[in-house]
Amino acid sequence: MVALTIVYFAWVRERIGLDEEQVARPEMGATVADLMAALAARGGGYAEALGDATRLRAALDQRFVALDTVIGDARELALFPPVTGG
Amino acid sequence: MKRVAVQAGDFEVAAELAALEALGGGGVASFTGVVRGGGGLVALELEHYPAMTQAQVDRICDEAMTRWPLLGLSVIHRFGRLEPGARIVFVGTASRHRTAALESCAFLIDWLKSEAPFWKKEHFANGATGWVDARVEDEVKAKGWG
Repeated sequence: MVALTIVYFAWVRERIGLDEEQVARPEMGATVADLMAALAARGGGYAEALGDATRLRAALDQRFVALDTVIGDARELALFPPVTGG
Repeated sequence: MKRVAVQAGDFEVAAELAALEALGGGGVASFTGVVRGGGGLVALELEHYPAMTQAQVDRICDEAMTRWPLLGLSVIHRFGRLEPGARIVFVGTASRHRTAALESCAFLIDWLKSEAPFWKKEHFANGATGWVDARVEDEVKAKGWG
């Protein structure tokens, strides 16, 4: 199974210190929230960026999804704060 | 006519309006968003999600076209570093009647605020920076369209 690409934006990107990274694909049935919790457990910038899920939003393969969505065979996960365009 | 542009460069409002006026409808409505100055702000930096932005704005436009009988619409959203007074976003709609033009224009800007993957960072004269927080009112407004 190919790795999962995670892309970060805004202060999530700044706190983690990366635009994107590849991670091992989480086990079957894992949700976006499950993976966020696993990443936050790395500590440091990850914990600062991803520790409070209520402040975060996500997209799977460039579509907004709820955090309880199963990652499944998606290729790209994006994690970011609520959008502020317009 | 559907025009969607996500770009670093500026745009000409008059040219955008002229293109909508040329569609033969009775009404053209538009909204231009401009960087608000004051409070020591020297620039806004707009980050976006390049792989997603164009497709997402396109979906928002399609939604407007299913809800109102539009002859055309244009959405232009800039990214990058923008100084106070600079244009950020343009929404223009053309229809045979004013209600459809005005309502769809308001819908588009409300949805862009809460459904398009852009993030604003403020840069101040004293060197401070900060990410703009999403406003609950904006989400409520977008949801108000159902």
